[in-house]
Amino acid sequence: MSGPTHWQEAVIERIAPLTPRIVSVILKAELARHIAGQHLDVRLTAPDGYAAQRSYSIASAPGQPVELIIEKLDDGEVSPYFHDIAQAGDAIEVRGPLGGHFIWRAEDGGSVLLVAGGSGIAPLMAMVRDWAGGGVSTPLMLVCSARTWGELAFGEELERIEASRADFRFVAAITRGPGHRPADRTQRLDAPALKELIAQWGRVPRHVFVCGSNRFVEGVTRGLPDASLPAGMIRTERYGGAE
Amino acid sequence: MVTRGFTGRRPTAAFARRLPPGQFETDDFPVLAKGPTPELDLAAWRFTLSHGPRPLASWTWAEFGALPRTVWQGDIHCVTTWSKFDTRWEGVGIDDLLAAAGVAPPSAFVLALSHDDYDTNVPLADLIDGRAMVATHFDGQPLTAEHGGPARLLVPHLYFWKSAKWLKGLRFTARDEAGFWELRGYHMRGDPWKQQRYSDDP
Repeated sequence: MSGPTHWQEAVIERIAPLTPRIVSVILKAELARHIAGQHLDVRLTAPDGYAAQRSYSIASAPGQPVELIIEKLDDGEVSPYFHDIAQAGDAIEVRGPLGGHFIWRAEDGGSVLLVAGGSGIAPLMAMVRDWAGGGVSTPLMLVCSARTWGELAFGEELERIEASRADFRFVAAITRGPGHRPADRTQRLDAPALKELIAQWGRVPRHVFVCGSNRFVEGVTRGLPDASLPAGMIRTERYGGAE
Repeated sequence: MVTRGFTGRRPTAAFARRLPPGQFETDDFPVLAKGPTPELDLAAWRFTLSHGPRPLASWTWAEFGALPRTVWQGDIHCVTTWSKFDTRWEGVGIDDLLAAAGVAPPSAFVLALSHDDYDTNVPLADLIDGRAMVATHFDGQPLTAEHGGPARLLVPHLYFWKSAKWLKGLRFTARDEAGFWELRGYHMRGDPWKQQRYSDDP
């Protein structure tokens, strides 16, 4: 069988640092085409049969080789393997693509607001890349929070998309350093700050996707729903302090 | 398939026995939810037991607080692979809830309904005989909003997506009707010891 929940081998094609704490892992695997926002389950197995599995969002656009981005958690079990041991040519096991809620397709329309905290950018990057590569003219705003510009994954790629698409708005919220561009914010992102950014954008979002640590998602979404932005329009994906 | 260079971090033997396959133990209490945390007003809160569209019984927050209380202590398991040991919950057992309503269960299937429009199906057999409660307290404190407060379902022997947060009612259904995640590829029952994560897991 070869359904999305069937475990199969994937070979690491490339592994490279994206920021000081995040690596990008490109996989070669016979997977079904994913929808932007979906994830893969990854399984690592020790010689004695002990196995650990985790879920990672896919950052690449549908139809492109699967890219996972993995943040190193110092007390983690799986992420240190990708940072310290894994090399191109190594094989791991994966299953997917999985997930049917935190997803966006071009035909879902817009306007679309994406809000990322740290490595929570992964599924949102898949949406930005899908949007940028498709023929849709749905306005899209991406707000990314990171400690410094250097810790923001995909910063240069996002600047390139911004330079080529007038309907793309990209705001970096830098919490522990100077902004990189005039549009950047240097305060912590919370619901009032996000409401202000939406007002400046001048669009009423039809789909809102927020991904990051639970603390980040709570900070951004508590008090965010209102008459023009009902709670049902806001989709969240959260990760805990645990890996 | 052995992963080159992966050794892993094994639980102690005592912990390993309590850990279902594919899970790891965490001290944290991660939060997963499909959307923003709803802020619910206790003055307007109601809990309703229904048979299809027909209400069977309904309680205000004050009435609910007067029902018999149950305490449960043990381990919980999330489909995203974390497990948390020795959690302590307090609330109203489903057996006591049915007794207070004075009704015999009209069907063998239940859909748990939440204030954020989430729902999840649980067979009645997994809810009765002391196996589940509507929890209002965690670790001796009122349940916080991000963990499903003021009240959530607690079905600790199934993956935790079945323990619906922000619970507003239980609805008996004629058939086993898929809920939010079950419609999106997750298992209809979700037994962690059988690794029933996705719909085609055995």
